[in-house]
Amino acid sequence: MKFDTPATTNPIDRLRVVGKPTDRIDGKYKTTGTAPYAYERHDVVANQAYGHIVGAAIAKGRIERIDLAEAQAAPGVIAIVTAADAGPLGKAQTNTAKLLAGPDVQHYHQAVAIVVAETFEQARAAGALVRVEYARAKGAYDLAGAKSGAATPDKSEHPDSAVADFAGAFAAAPVSIDATYTTPDQSHAMMEPHASIASWQGDKLTLWTSHQMIAWSKRDLAKTMGIPAANVRVDSPYIGGGFGGKLFLRADAVMAALAARKAGRPVKVALARPMIANNTTHRPATIQRIRIGARRDGTITAIGHESWSGNLADGSPEMAVQQTRLLYAGANRMTRTRLALLDLPEGNAMRAPGEAPGLMALEIAMDEMAEKLGMDPVSFRVLNDTQVDPEKPERPFSQRQLVKCLQDGAAKFGWDKRAAKPGTVRDGRWLVGMGVASAFRNNMLMKSAARVRLNDKGVVTVETDMTDIGTGTYTIIAQTAAEMMGVPLDKVVVKLGDSDFPASAGSGGQWGANNSTSGVYAACAKLREAVTAKLGLATDAVFEDSRVKAGGRSAKLTDAARDGELVAEDLIEYGDLDKKMQQSTFGGHFVEAAVDSYTGEVRIRRMLAVCAAGRILNPKSARSQVIGAMTMGAGAALMEELAVDKRFGFFVNHDLAGYEVPVHADIPHQEVVFLDEVDPQSSPMKAKGVGELGICGVGAAIANAIYNACGVRVRDYPITLDKMIDRLPQVA
Amino acid sequence: MKPFTYERAATPADAAASAARTPGARFIGGGTNLLDLMKLQIETPPHLIDVGHLKLDRIEDTPEGGLRIGAHVTNTALASDARVRRDYGVVSRAIVAGASGQLRNKATTAGNLLQRTRCPYFYDTNQPCNKRKPGSGCGAIGGYSRQLAVIGTSDACIATYPGDMAVAMRVLDATVETVSPGGAKRAIPIADFHRLPGSTPHIETTLVPGEVITAVTLPKPIGGTQMYLKVRDRASYAFALVSVAAVIQRDGSGRVAVGGIAHKPWRVEAAEADMPRGAKAVAARLLAGAKPTQDNAFKIPLVERTLAAALAEAKAA
Repeated sequence: MKFDTPATTNPIDRLRVVGKPTDRIDGKYKTTGTAPYAYERHDVVANQAYGHIVGAAIAKGRIERIDLAEAQAAPGVIAIVTAADAGPLGKAQTNTAKLLAGPDVQHYHQAVAIVVAETFEQARAAGALVRVEYARAKGAYDLAGAKSGAATPDKSEHPDSAVADFAGAFAAAPVSIDATYTTPDQSHAMMEPHASIASWQGDKLTLWTSHQMIAWSKRDLAKTMGIPAANVRVDSPYIGGGFGGKLFLRADAVMAALAARKAGRPVKVALARPMIANNTTHRPATIQRIRIGARRDGTITAIGHESWSGNLADGSPEMAVQQTRLLYAGANRMTRTRLALLDLPEGNAMRAPGEAPGLMALEIAMDEMAEKLGMDPVSFRVLNDTQVDPEKPERPFSQRQLVKCLQDGAAKFGWDKRAAKPGTVRDGRWLVGMGVASAFRNNMLMKSAARVRLNDKGVVTVETDMTDIGTGTYTIIAQTAAEMMGVPLDKVVVKLGDSDFPASAGSGGQWGANNSTSGVYAACAKLREAVTAKLGLATDAVFEDSRVKAGGRSAKLTDAARDGELVAEDLIEYGDLDKKMQQSTFGGHFVEAAVDSYTGEVRIRRMLAVCAAGRILNPKSARSQVIGAMTMGAGAALMEELAVDKRFGFFVNHDLAGYEVPVHADIPHQEVVFLDEVDPQSSPMKAKGVGELGICGVGAAIANAIYNACGVRVRDYPITLDKMIDRLPQVA
Repeated sequence: MKPFTYERAATPADAAASAARTPGARFIGGGTNLLDLMKLQIETPPHLIDVGHLKLDRIEDTPEGGLRIGAHVTNTALASDARVRRDYGVVSRAIVAGASGQLRNKATTAGNLLQRTRCPYFYDTNQPCNKRKPGSGCGAIGGYSRQLAVIGTSDACIATYPGDMAVAMRVLDATVETVSPGGAKRAIPIADFHRLPGSTPHIETTLVPGEVITAVTLPKPIGGTQMYLKVRDRASYAFALVSVAAVIQRDGSGRVAVGGIAHKPWRVEAAEADMPRGAKAVAARLLAGAKPTQDNAFKIPLVERTLAAALAEAKAA
């Protein structure tokens, strides 16, 4: 189905199942421990051996020698694979560094070897006996130091943008700010580590894994192993979180495949937690300079945003300026993205790449600007709203309710009680303040396919390689199929994550929900045609209550499958609607935070997000997505930072004791409101993404609340007490 | 984890004797720290001696009016004991400020005293660390040291002692009771129990090889307002940036020990004379000679401000 004209009324609009706050259909499996994750798939193949990956001990240099004698002689050891005997390996487009080092080492903890043994403990113990001699090379590990040598990136499509005369307008503006902000490297820190079980049947490879993008994983594993994609099957029905860390093929998959080939039996591998931060990808640190100029009435006349990040050679930049091209009005504009060469592990996508760190900076700048103008920060944002793409005014937004998000949020949150003067509200030893930020994240359209089956019991089975990374995909796909076929939810079976199923959009960039359900919509539309044809009914039939009704006639849905299962497959693909109109999602974040006047400890007290993101397919799972993202944004604001050792070139705090993410005690009352919205430009579902919108801007709302509470402006994340303590009020 | 042998000791003296027979042997209590370190091969004991069945799990009154806490009393049991909560609130508060409920259910009194540093260079076997591998150098000096020590450090090591309970015990002048391999018993004042790193940071306590902790005794209660203020980057389940164990009397006199800043719970009794003069005066003497790094210089004002918070809280109590 080609979606190239705006959606009109369709069966989804009936909203009998879609749009209801339905419990997760996979919830009972998750909560009873019966949803098998990759490492737990003991039953899929017999005789599984255990693989343990040995990571590089240096950040950059060469492997001079590997001595395997001791490891090979260790109890239980079956096989060891290094680059010396792995055979030629390809490298996927989506990988910057190689997944197996040798002879060159490109980053710390890059895989050097895998040891296969009869038990996990034996493999790990033998791994410690792999003796590797390295020749260290000098590397670049400090973004600030490498900034002056940063270049315009090749890979990104639009590193620079310019409208009218930014420099002139900024210089002429009566009120302006010019400030630099930094965000640190961050780790996805998902609950389930990267894990795979690999098994060869002749020249065919099966991989049970944990992955967000099944089609990419299959393609890239084939490319890396040098085998036809048709010989690879990837299966990933349950995923314990990804956040972008499982978008791309990683070492667990490749090393398991290599190990299984050499061992001659299936091998399972999980990345040890202390290896994940340096072996896999991370959100790169940024340095961002923002300049805003305005008239005294608050109208922005000039807005400029520059961002520097680092990566390995051929890596891509963090697109932190992305939202600044679209979020606020202003006649004179400039953005610039620069990329420095660093020898740290590979930087790549993490939840809302671009907007998450970009808004952390931009939305502090907006707060600073509002203060300079003597304006309320909500009013300042409302004043500078735009209903069109500010770089291409002929392109309107398909839907844009940012102003309503901010105004409704302000009313609901009690924003009028915020003291404009910082540091003036006390609650015992706590200084209390409120902060606001806009949320913004684009809506991306990706083709997505599905197959649906109807059997004579009236059961509708959906098959697609779409993934559920904890987001609720199983449930919204079931809701979509139930709505389309007019059956109750318990008559729908959803099968996901198998590369033998039709290729979906996958989970990433908050594109999963809208695109994958649209693919299911398309397949169901085809199945409906098959049903009406079989029943001799008009094609405009109504499907409801497990019956099909048209022209005064009504038949049981099961009758259509009486002579055998009906099967339909289709995909959604898109025309140029998203070129004609800008499709984005919006929100307003409101935060109340308290700062301990003695210690500078920050405690969030209340959070509210008001979101406008098209049709909300399941308000319950959507809310879970948003509060999860708000929690992750709180981590980014207050504690998350991969600390770089600039001498040895690695992330030092590479476990969950050192890399702190919020715990329950950090997260107080959270509230989420979804504005009524349908976006007929986005898809037949009229939905957009919401899974990343919640993290966008929340960090800045916290930063602004901290400033309002104690009067200390911190421009370097995370906002830890050491950055405030020398500026807090004196204590006795 | 390297393969190891295991035995369950029957008496403290047997445990000590067995340890003396097997070089590199380790006692295992709750295992909440040791097992993690073994998985990472930071600890590689060839032999484990389980001291969890020595009937050292009782809290008893002492003739002197104090409490004798068996080495194997769990953190949960100790923190929730009615006598501890009534008379030694600082201990109870310190314990519940640490770890998680699950860990406190397993962690023991003796094991907690012996908790090893959380310095990230100690935890990464690719990195130099004089504590893990004597003579290999210190990765933390000149590296990432935000969490690490500001006082009592050496050129060999800037690690901190990470625990909370021992800081409270230090402020109460607890005593550590032990049995040596030869059967001799001794009582070590907690002030002398943990060592500063000096040139031998791998030797963390004054215990001799094979010496088993049997109990910790607390002197008779000293009253006062007892507080444990733990400052950290998140609200729970994190090691202290700085912690303050304080016992403040009505007349403004008091005691203070500080965690998170040194290789041992840090207390300078002479500084306590300045308690009535306020936090600034006390902190100045408590931290005299501190040598922070650029990363952790904030701990100096943080100690003073956290102590000020404690004094203010005591005044309001």
